[in-house]
Amino acid sequence: MNIDSVDIVTEWDIVAARQLGRNEAKKVGFGTVDQARITTAISELARNIYLYTGKGNIAIKEVTEGNLKGLLVIASDEGPGIADVRRALEDGFTTSGGLGAGLPGVKRLMDDFKIETVVGEGTKISATKWLR
Amino acid sequence: MNKQIAGYINEHLDEILERWTIKMEDEKDDRFFQIMSEKVIDNTVREFGELVVFSLTESEEVYRVKLNDFSVKIVRYGWSVTFVLKALTNFTHVLYDKMNEDGYLNEQNIISYTEIMTNWITPLTHSIVEAYSNVWDRTVHLQKMALQELSASLIPMFDKISVMPLVGTIDTERAKLIMENLLHGVVKHRAEVVLLDITGVPVVDTMVAHHIIQAADAVRLVGAKCMLVGIRPEIAQTIVALGINLNDFTTTSTMQRGVEKALALTNRAIVEVKDK
Repeated sequence: MNIDSVDIVTEWDIVAARQLGRNEAKKVGFGTVDQARITTAISELARNIYLYTGKGNIAIKEVTEGNLKGLLVIASDEGPGIADVRRALEDGFTTSGGLGAGLPGVKRLMDDFKIETVVGEGTKISATKWLR
Repeated sequence: MNKQIAGYINEHLDEILERWTIKMEDEKDDRFFQIMSEKVIDNTVREFGELVVFSLTESEEVYRVKLNDFSVKIVRYGWSVTFVLKALTNFTHVLYDKMNEDGYLNEQNIISYTEIMTNWITPLTHSIVEAYSNVWDRTVHLQKMALQELSASLIPMFDKISVMPLVGTIDTERAKLIMENLLHGVVKHRAEVVLLDITGVPVVDTMVAHHIIQAADAVRLVGAKCMLVGIRPEIAQTIVALGINLNDFTTTSTMQRGVEKALALTNRAIVEVKDK
């Protein structure tokens, strides 16, 4: 199991995280459509870190479960946390004037989606895409 | 004592430099000794030694110019700043060893020697780092400008139809530029239809989509219509998954289709010419 990660501090780190994700997805053997899905999901997660928390980390690793191979993306930060997770996962809900499609979008782009958040302590989002 | 040390260095420059070069060669990680020709190394080492002496003897101005030239040169050679700092430290060590061996230092003058060295090396280090980072800042700045120049240009294609091809990552700064150029261009070229081509945009996430939607809204306000062209199949799928609403847009997969539609919108068409 190999782990790679990118710290997200500036806007350019989002590009770095994305690039890493695309390379890893290629290595695992995802097609172009799934590559685009994974990179876009990483882009959303990384941008959330950049916009709302100031500093965080995107880790990407290959995972296996039985015969299934997949790519796990973990976005973690020590930011303010998400007060209302249900609303954050609603389409169109935004606190920054954006489209509000980020988190619900990531959920749809990936296969598994888990969010752990504690207000005042931080958020950890794990999302997996399985190779079919 | 200042002059004395400078004089001493000048007098024994060759030997000091030789020892210093040997010491630097011991630093195994320095790629540069392998890449550079011996002559270049020799010249650079000498120049560095002279620079060190200059900082003791010459006026601030002369030294500044010399320091700047030197920094530019080493940056161009690709020396790391760590390496240069190591070189500086090694130089002081070599100098101390040599002066000690030659019996120049004794209990009376060791304190003033240390003082001079400290007062001399610290600002020298600072100025080298500063000059170094200035050169880098300049490089980054120039590259940024170059990037900006090819960032977002609106190209008049036909009468009333203009095209803006977008290539590469869109960040906040670039999004602003796109908006400005788009609006200026539309007014300037009297465009009625603008084609925004995203073939070269690697990732369309919600932020990029948001900026595009805003730009299109603004274009509508100045009386033109914005079309989104060059949507690759995988991008189309991610846009749908994200749930981004582009219903207000005319979108096409290729630029060619976009142009045809734009011509239709302005009551024109491309037709084949019949036999002459």
